Amino acid sequence: MERIRMVFSGSGGQGVITAAVIIAEAAVLYENLVAVQSQSYGAQARGGATKADIIISDSEINFPKVNNPNLLVCLTQEAYTQFSPTIRPGGFLVTDTYYVKTHNKVAARQRELPMYQSVMDNIGKPVVYNICMLGAVISMIDIVRPESIMKVLESRIPANLVDINKKALELGLKLGEQYNK
Amino acid sequence: MNEKIIKFVQGNEACVEAAIYAGLGFFAGYPITPSTEIAELLSVRLPQTGGKFLQMEDEIASICAIIGASLTGNKVMTATSGPGFSLMQEALGYAVMAEIPCVIVNVQRGGPSTGNPTHVSQGDINQARWGTHGDHSIIVLTASNHQDVFSITVDAFNMAEMYRTPVILLFDEVVAHLREGLTIPEKGALDIVDRLKTSVKRGVDFHPYLPREDGRLPMSDFGGIHRYNVTGLFHDMWGFPSSDPKVVHGLLRHLVDKIENNVYDISRYKEYFLEDARTIFVSYGSSARSALHVVKNRRARGERIGLLELQTLWPFPAGIVREKCSEAQCIIVVEMNMGQVLQQVKTAVDNPDKVFLANRIDGELITPTDIRNIMRLIQGRGV
Amino acid sequence: MAIKDYIRERFFPQMWCPGCGHGIILNGLIKAVEELGLNKNDIVMVSGIGCSARISGYLDFHTMHTLHGRALAFATGIKMSRPELNVLVPMGDGDALAIGGNHFIHAARRNIDMTAIVMNNRVYGMTGGQYSPLSGYGTLATTAPYTNIDHPFDVVDLAVAVGATFVARSTTYHIRQLTDLIKKAITHKGFSVVEILSQCPTYYGRKNKEGNAYEMMELMKQTTTPVGSEAKKQNHDLIETGVFVETDKPEYCTEYDKIIERAKKDN
Repeated sequence: MERIRMVFSGSGGQGVITAAVIIAEAAVLYENLVAVQSQSYGAQARGGATKADIIISDSEINFPKVNNPNLLVCLTQEAYTQFSPTIRPGGFLVTDTYYVKTHNKVAARQRELPMYQSVMDNIGKPVVYNICMLGAVISMIDIVRPESIMKVLESRIPANLVDINKKALELGLKLGEQYNK
Repeated sequence: MNEKIIKFVQGNEACVEAAIYAGLGFFAGYPITPSTEIAELLSVRLPQTGGKFLQMEDEIASICAIIGASLTGNKVMTATSGPGFSLMQEALGYAVMAEIPCVIVNVQRGGPSTGNPTHVSQGDINQARWGTHGDHSIIVLTASNHQDVFSITVDAFNMAEMYRTPVILLFDEVVAHLREGLTIPEKGALDIVDRLKTSVKRGVDFHPYLPREDGRLPMSDFGGIHRYNVTGLFHDMWGFPSSDPKVVHGLLRHLVDKIENNVYDISRYKEYFLEDARTIFVSYGSSARSALHVVKNRRARGERIGLLELQTLWPFPAGIVREKCSEAQCIIVVEMNMGQVLQQVKTAVDNPDKVFLANRIDGELITPTDIRNIMRLIQGRGV
Repeated sequence: MAIKDYIRERFFPQMWCPGCGHGIILNGLIKAVEELGLNKNDIVMVSGIGCSARISGYLDFHTMHTLHGRALAFATGIKMSRPELNVLVPMGDGDALAIGGNHFIHAARRNIDMTAIVMNNRVYGMTGGQYSPLSGYGTLATTAPYTNIDHPFDVVDLAVAVGATFVARSTTYHIRQLTDLIKKAITHKGFSVVEILSQCPTYYGRKNKEGNAYEMMELMKQTTTPVGSEAKKQNHDLIETGVFVETDKPEYCTEYDKIIERAKKDN
């Protein structure tokens, strides 16, 4: 398989690091793949720009950081400005129409998805926003199955929250597929 | 399904799992980035196994507490980063002098001083060797991925018992915080060295500092049947202070020899494509990951390039480095400091002029591109 | 048992100067242990560095002579590992309250069941007579040739403030009281502090013209009074001796056993 390098970027509290850990963990535990995940740490744990790197492969991963992602998610304007120039030609650039106004042309498949709006309209709880984003991401890379994501989620969250997470994941999958045509 | 337990964890958690696997019974520490996850996880895990976790008032107290706990028969550990490691140096020397097994994890950050707490560095190599005062020898181990973090941590506990000495695990921020897969070995899959206890019977004189013929010193737990003295002063076979030149000379020689005479047993390393390599990277920790990335790419193009990854940093495996690099035309030490292992490699090999440094010291992980650019400069090809 | 059953005769004669008060403390401590009928195998003594710290080597217990100021930290690791052991921690005044001040306050705060004995001779004797945090304003020392401008701690007040659950003071003059207070401190479940004023005729006494050992002990008699006495009300400069605090508070090792139970249940 082609090695997949992803960057999830946004601001603290949007859950991009959690999302990165979940997809990488799902790949390792339930897809029999190799994955690494890392993030930039700052002294402040909340707020500010956040960036998480994920590499998924079927062979050993040595250098663990992502310089040029095949798939880049930008959930704030600041993240978009900072990271969109790093996209690998031909890769996916995923933004949220609610947070990001795209302007520059990049040699990538731009996917501007109304993820935040859909979560608020259909679920009403921003806490599952990152899971909706994950749904969109897995619809594009097609190597981690939704049920694997759900297995990881079930091991991490209280039982009463499983349903809305599932709903958010499905929402993301649908959005991703819709705009992927 | 696979029977083995696979986890997706940070390097710090791999260290924690390994410590418990090795029989850790007591941990004392003080929160400090980027090692804190070790303390947090052990506060959960240790009491589950009946072990004890203690958050002390500072790093000095932390290392002192584990040394005390070790004397009662526990396997012990503390974890810290640069500033805390600096504070621990005096007690580290105490553990060397009193020959008390313990494991000290230093997850390196950028230094000196508070430095660069959340960023990677490998600047504590020489501090780990010479941080405490006086002549001594010490074991320092490291690893570049989580499976190796696990096995080297178990090794650290084993060597601490085998040689009755503190062992330092010198990790770096990238390995500590990176998440990747870890397979927990089944019980019994890795050898565990238990505390060697004296067979001297109750009522018979026990000499805590009289080595057996094989050089090892059996111990007796504090609170057990033998009462003896432990001190940081030079001491005789009873553990009683002595400044008799013969005693001082004999003890210092013993402390150094018990490690330096076993350098081959203590040496852990991995080699990649060294058989016909003309260019050899010598690296360790997370920088070895970048070096290996370059090696694999270049090998795919037919270049004769290889990697010697060191896992034992001290005692420095000079003989192994010399032997493995004997045919190399160019040796490049890849590390994230200003040449601390470089100096050792230069001393080890026959021709120090063919040893170069590829480094990065700005808190970012050295990248394969960095290494390739430095190689071009070494080869006189410009960037 | 006889005194010599508690000491390591091999290591005598001891290294303290003639007239030093520390030998009296050693004697009182042995008496306390004997009267309590403690088994030598159940006693761990952890000391730091300084004249006081040498006491551990002479006693036939499990003994650990550690680093300057850190005795309580080492002792904490031992006690947590083996809560059934009696852990005694003799310290000097500089050892306990200058370099070891941080460990002193935190061990007291945790209320871990140990007995801290502060052998207070108001001077750094081992290094030759420098002022300690307990020397006092206006005293002389080899590093205070123009008189000391450092104000001292009151060990008892400090120990009470930071949460020690048994706090007492005696002097080497009051050998019977000293022995009784150490007994009470060992028996007390929690962190105990016993301050014992001891004489250093070699440095403190000589520098401050307090005379020989006999005269220094005579001065202890004159300048102390039992806690809560009428004499203290008349003369505020008198130093009180006796038990200041004796209270119950959850003990650290016992509390940690509950943590283990909880952790095992949750797992």
